[in-house]
Amino acid sequence: MAKKTPGLNTGSMADISFLLLTFFLLTSSINTDQGIQRRLPPPLAPDQEVPEMNRRNVLQILVNKHDQLLVNGEVLTDVRQLKNRTKEFISNPNNNSSLSEQHSKYIEDLGENIMVSKGVVSLQNDRSTSYSMYVSVQNQLTKAFNELREEYAQQHFGKSFDKLSETQKKGVQKIYPISISEAEPSNYGGNR
Amino acid sequence: MEGIDKMGRFKKTGKKGVPELNMGSMSDIIFMFLFFFMVITTMRESSLFVVIQIPKATEIQKLEKKALVSSINIGKPNQNYIKKLGPEPRIQLNDQFAEPKDIVEFVEVEKRRRNEVERTMITWSLKVDEKVKMGIVTDVKQELRKASAFKVNYASRKDIER
Repeated sequence: MAKKTPGLNTGSMADISFLLLTFFLLTSSINTDQGIQRRLPPPLAPDQEVPEMNRRNVLQILVNKHDQLLVNGEVLTDVRQLKNRTKEFISNPNNNSSLSEQHSKYIEDLGENIMVSKGVVSLQNDRSTSYSMYVSVQNQLTKAFNELREEYAQQHFGKSFDKLSETQKKGVQKIYPISISEAEPSNYGGNR
Repeated sequence: MEGIDKMGRFKKTGKKGVPELNMGSMSDIIFMFLFFFMVITTMRESSLFVVIQIPKATEIQKLEKKALVSSINIGKPNQNYIKKLGPEPRIQLNDQFAEPKDIVEFVEVEKRRRNEVERTMITWSLKVDEKVKMGIVTDVKQELRKASAFKVNYASRKDIER
C-alpha cells in the first residue's frame, strides 16, 4: 500500500507573497524619465568658420545672471512672452522685413514645395543664470515650435499633429525644425 | 429529495455554517501581481549623494526606452557629504562624485555597456537641481559634445499650464 503524503499547509503562502509584493512596491519606481529633449551640435573644428547669417534671420535671446531676458535688444519681463515672439519670428505671417526670411523648400515626406523659414534662434546665457530659468526658456521655445507644428497640421490635414501618420509628422517637423543654436560659451570671467 | 420536506421547504439538517474557502489559488494570484509589478517597474538606481529638485516644464516628452538612458546628476551634496565637500554643486555619475573632465570617460564606459546598434541611441538625461547655476551645466554639455554624446534630455517634471 502506497503511503499517503501529508498535505502541505499552504495557508501562509499568500502572506509570504504579499510581503514580497509590498517589498517590490516600495523599492521600485514606476515613473519614467521625462523632460525636454535636445540635440547638441557636434564640436566646432578649430579651423571651421562660423557661418555668416543675415541679421534678420537670427532671433537673439540673451539671459543674464539675474535671469533677465533680452530678445533682439528688447527686455522681456515675463518668460511666457517668449513663445509668441518666437512663433512670430519663425512664421512671419505678414512678411515683415525685420523677421525671418521664408524660402521655398521641397519636403520629401509631403511631396511638395513649402515655404520654410530660414530663421534660427540663438540662445546665450551667462554662467550664473539659474538652471530653472534656462529650462523655462527652452520650454517656451519648444512650445513655440510645437504650436507651429500643431497649427500646420490643423490647417493642412484637419487633425491634430499627434494623429498624423509617421511620414506626415516627419514632413511637418522638417517644415518647422527646432532650430536653436546655443552660442559657444565665451570666457567672460566670473566664478563657477 | 433529500433535505426538503413535504411542503417543498428546505429542512434544517446536517452541519450549519459557512463552507471553508479554498485559499490554494490565493498565492497564485498574488504571485501574478508580484511578477506584474516586477516587470513594469525598475529597481531604484544607485542612491543619490546630491540633492536634486528638477525644474518644472510643460512641453515634456517621455523617454521611451529606459535601458537607453544614462543619467548625469548635478546638485548640492546631501547632508552626509556637505560637511566634507561644501555647498558647491557637484556632479554624480553612477555612484561617485565626478568632475566635468570625467564625463568623456563615463560616456565611453556607458557606450561599451550597450551593443553596437544602441550606442548612438543613448539619451543622456541631465538631472539638474533647479537652483544650480548654468556654469557647471555648460561645462558638462561641452564635455558631452567632445565625447560625441549629442542626444540630451533636460529632466523636468510636469507643470500644469497657467
